[in-house]
Formats: sequence, structure tokens, C-alpha cells
Amino acid sequence: MTTGSLTAGRARFRLPRRQIPVLATLVLLLVMYGIGVSQYQAFSNVQVIFNVFIDNGFLLVVAVGMTFVILTGGIDLSVGSVVAMTAMVSASLLQQGLPAALVLVIALLIGPTLGLLMGCAIHFFEIQPFIVTLAGMFFARGMCTFISGSSIPITDGFWTRMSQERIGDPRGNFVSISVLVAFVVVAVAAYTLAYTRLGRNVYAIGGNPQSALLMGLPLGRTRIAVYTISGLCSAIGGILLSFYTLSGAPLIAVGMELDVIAAVVIGGTVLTGGSGYVFGTVLGVLVLGVIQTLITFDGSLNSWWTKIVIGGLLFAFILLQRLIGIRYK
Amino acid sequence: MNDTMSRYRTMTGHRLFWPAAVLVVMLVANTIYRPGFLSIELKDGHLYGTPIDILRLSAPLILVALGMTLVISTGGIDLSVGSLCAISGAIACMYISKQPDQNSLAVVLTALAMALGVALVLGAWNGVLVAVIGIQPIIATLILMVAGRGLAQLITQGQIITINSEPFRAIGLGHLLTLPLAIFIALAAALLVAAFTRRTALGMIVESVGGNAVASRLAGIRSGRVIFLAYVLSAVCAAVAGFMMTANVSSADGNAVGLWVELDAILAVVIGGTSLAGGRFFLSGTILGALIIQTLTTTVYAMNISPQTSLLFKAVVVIAVCLIQAPAFRARFTRRRGSVPPSSAIADKPKEQVPA
Repeated sequence: MTTGSLTAGRARFRLPRRQIPVLATLVLLLVMYGIGVSQYQAFSNVQVIFNVFIDNGFLLVVAVGMTFVILTGGIDLSVGSVVAMTAMVSASLLQQGLPAALVLVIALLIGPTLGLLMGCAIHFFEIQPFIVTLAGMFFARGMCTFISGSSIPITDGFWTRMSQERIGDPRGNFVSISVLVAFVVVAVAAYTLAYTRLGRNVYAIGGNPQSALLMGLPLGRTRIAVYTISGLCSAIGGILLSFYTLSGAPLIAVGMELDVIAAVVIGGTVLTGGSGYVFGTVLGVLVLGVIQTLITFDGSLNSWWTKIVIGGLLFAFILLQRLIGIRYK
Repeated sequence: MNDTMSRYRTMTGHRLFWPAAVLVVMLVANTIYRPGFLSIELKDGHLYGTPIDILRLSAPLILVALGMTLVISTGGIDLSVGSLCAISGAIACMYISKQPDQNSLAVVLTALAMALGVALVLGAWNGVLVAVIGIQPIIATLILMVAGRGLAQLITQGQIITINSEPFRAIGLGHLLTLPLAIFIALAAALLVAAFTRRTALGMIVESVGGNAVASRLAGIRSGRVIFLAYVLSAVCAAVAGFMMTANVSSADGNAVGLWVELDAILAVVIGGTSLAGGRFFLSGTILGALIIQTLTTTVYAMNISPQTSLLFKAVVVIAVCLIQAPAFRARFTRRRGSVPPSSAIADKPKEQVPA
């Protein structure tokens, strides 16, 4: 979103405007962390932050994929089911004794394939993304129980090693491998969106698909690509989740798509597309993670307060986006 | 010959033809699989049988889908209906469970009125967010969808509230004129909505707002007010559906009541031929869509397939119906056929071609 030199004078006003939602999220995150530190002594432990990353690594990866889709003005409801399906497929294949490397490749191919198919249906047959990905969600969730009605444990050596490996001081502060994978995904996604042709096309199409088409940008290819990317991110998220839980369960990650969409919106990405950053999504996921941690630390609050607080935050952020005048369609 | 061809074409071209065909195919397949499927028997003055069950169980979905049809025809969407079902059911059950005499009609009516009142307020909240503040509908209602589940659990304190109230149970399981009461409630709601939208100018106004809200406003229609009303009505429909769902099991579970009903309702509306872009709506199509979804669910249960796996079938049906109705898909098919007119070309289309 670089502004040309001709509009340099106005750019000084415009540039921060675009970033206000992200800055607001950052401030909110710091305030919440500050409240946590002032209320609970154990909260200041660095491990608390690391744990937020460890517990939400897969959510972060999936949210990054969703950011791509939402930036083009679409939506992907299938992510939660695809995450579950990937975990389920890997658990089931490992149980049948396939080598870990092969399972990894197969599991990572399923998500993008489904994403590609959904992208094609959306682009070529002009069916609403909402409906197509809803069908994808039903399909993937149905596949989960089709594979097995109950949860399958994973005992594979590679998976257990990935799950138990602690990077850093094993007795002090550590992160899991999932966190590193999530960081790599975030870095690649941020680079793609900011510096590659695909990323620029994503913003252009989200801003105005008609203008993008008239400019000669590949509308169809980009649209199909974002759903494939989202499918890939969900697949990676599914693998990370199977590292985290060491099992595949048919009903895991139900309703995760809402958490993901909430994280992306709280992170400042506008749902009509064209404006937002991967960094904002990272902050959005962190906000959700810190809310959960705060509620766990408090102990007297029940889990349903998480939902109410997330709903309230969603409202506040959407109102903020509206007030600072990012145009809605 | 030519006459039969053209009549055939007008029939397959009718917007209700494909949904109705899908429903008939499912019923026929069921009857072949289980010959007793269509049989209805009279016991203690009440009719029993699978078709009656399908009608009774689809009543809440029909109600939710009716409200959803109006919201979608204004170009919006209401994701919060599932949470609203849970909230209204929770409030009604909570109030009844606190009363000494749970069977008193006055208690039940008060409970229903309270729950409806809250639903009105929440519907108005959705309406204000969309029509006054101008937030995108999908996200405005997402707020209540997420927070609403939390509110429902807050009302029930995370417990499953069981009640023992005959009048309340009747909403879901009672009978009237040998048929389940729920069917009549859904029918009455459908007729009421149909009368208000099709016998007055209201339907036309709703469609014009959905087609172009700004142009309608310039033409003298208060677009904001119409959109606001659609959300309030959707909330009320969802609340009544919530009563039915909780009455069916005589208990309120903040987590489970109305889970995914918003998705089923949107599917029913889309299967019925209403475009998600707004501007046109078909109440009869919506009801047909709701029946298709409930028949599918019942079929899958009857075949001893787990409820979760039934989603697989749902996905295939959704994609099939959407593809058949998608203009782009039809056009693609016609082009390949050359001079054959579009409607008859689709008629020959084998279902296997659907990428699921």
C-alpha cells in the first residue's frame, strides 16, 4: 500500500489511518497483558507468553490462510473441518503403519486440493464463497467421521518427538516446534503479501475486483490461489494440532472457523477485503490467547465468558473500523 | 410433439422444479430401501409415521428459514439465529424451572413472552448494527453468534436445565387435529409471512431494498427501516424455533440447542432458489428446501449412518443443487450443446458430473 510521491502530502494522513486498527489491537494486547501482570504475580513469567504461542500455534497458521481469503473479500468456512480432517487422516494412516514422511506429504496435499476445488467452484460457476466453503466444511467434517467415529491416538516416533521437543531451556522457558513452524508460515505469508505479485493482486482484487480485472490482473488465478493457500494453511494447522494433541478426533476444532474469523477481524483486516496485514492477524490471535489465559488465571470466571468477551471485542473493533472511515461496501 | 417439448421445458425451467425433484427422488429412494417408509398409522387419535416425523422435525428449521429468507432477500445474512434459539430456549426453561407450578399455563405464557421480548431486543440490536451503523451483515450477526452462545450458557450457568411442564412440552410434541402442533405453528408462520409479503406491497419493498438499497431510498422507501424489520422478524422466528427445539427434549442446553441451524437455514433458503445477493425471495422454495434437508437427515439416520457422516451427503446435495441453479454452470453446459436451449440441456445433465 505504498502511496506514490505525488500524494506524499496526503500520505502522511492516510498511512496511519490504515494502520489504526492494527495499532489499536496492539494497544489492547498490551493493556490486557498489563492487567494480567498487575493482577497475578505468575503472569509476568515469560513462559506465559510462550504458552500462548504453544497453545495457539495452529490457530495462528490457519488465521494466516484466512487473512489471504478475507483480503480478497471472500470467506472460508471450511478451515476448522479441514484442520480436523488433516489430523484425522494422518492419525489413521499412521495407525496403518505408513512411514511418517509419506503421511506428512499426503496430509499436506489434501487441504490444498480441497481448497483448489472450492476456489474453482467459486470462480468458474460463480457460486457464493459462503455456500461453497460451507459445503466444503460439511464434506470435510463428514469425512472425519467416515474415517473413524472415535478418536485415534498417534504413537508414531516422529510425531511424539515433534510433540515433546522443547526448544530452549527444558526446565525454564521453552517453545515447541509448532511455534517455529507457525513463525515460518507467518514470515512467508507476510513476505508474499507485501512483496510478491500474488500479494499485490490479492490486495487489488479485494479493493475492487472490477478495476483489478480491467487492469489486466489475473482475477481467476488469484482467487483460486487464495483458497488453495487457505487450504494449505489449514492442512499445516491440522498437522500442528495433531502434534499438539497426539491424536486425531472427529469432533476436534468444531467452530474453529469463527475463532479464526474473529482473530482476523480483531487483527484489523476489513471483511470486505483490500485492507489488512498478517501482523495484525498475529496480534488478533494473541488477543484471543491472552483472553483465554486471563480467564484461566482468574479461575472464578467460567469458560463462556471467553465467548462473550470475544463477541464484545469484535463489536468494538468493527465499530472502530467504521468510525475511522474505512469504507464498507 | 413440439407442444410436449415446450411444456416439458417450462416445467423443468420452473424455479421449484429441481428442489421438488430432489425431494421426490429422496422419498422414492427411501421407499425402495424401506417399503414401510411412507406408511402412516392412526394411534390414540394421533397420526404417526416417518413422513409426519419429517414434517414435525422440520418445523423449527422452516421457522428459522422463513426469517432468514427475508433477511437474505434484503441482501443480508443472519448468522445469529442458532444462538438466538439457544438464548430463547434457555430463558423460557430457566423461568419455568424456577416456578412452583410448572404446568400452569400462565407461567408458560409469561416465560414465552419474556423470551420473545429478549429475542426482539437482540433482533433490534442486529438491525441497528446493520441498518443504522452500517456494518456488514455477516459480521454484525457474527458478533451475536459468538457472544450469544456465551450468553445462553450464562443464563443456564453452564447446566442443562430440565423442566417438567406439559404446556411447554406441547409446543414441540403436542397434537392438534391428529397432527403435531409444531406443524401448525410453522404453517401459520409461513402463511402469515406470505400474506404480509405477497398480499401487500411489503414483499415488493423488501425485494427492491435487496436489489438496491440506495435506489430504493431515493424512490421513497425507508430502506433502513425495512432492513431493521427483517432482522427483528428473523430473531422472533428463531426464538419460536428455539421454544420448539427445547420443548422437544424438555430441556435447555446452552451449548447444543440450535447448533448449526443457521447453516441449515441458509442452505434451505439457497436450495429454494433465493439468491444470496438479495433482491428476490421464494417462501415456497424455502419451505421445500427445509423439507429436503430434514428428509436427508432422517434418511441418513434411518440408514444407520452416524449423524456426523450425514454431513457428507449434505455437502453433495448442496453442491449439486447450487450447481444446477448457478447461471454460470448452466451457461457452460449450453455452450457445449450448441443450439439446444438452456432449460432442456440441464434436464439431461447427469448428476455424476458434480465435483463435490
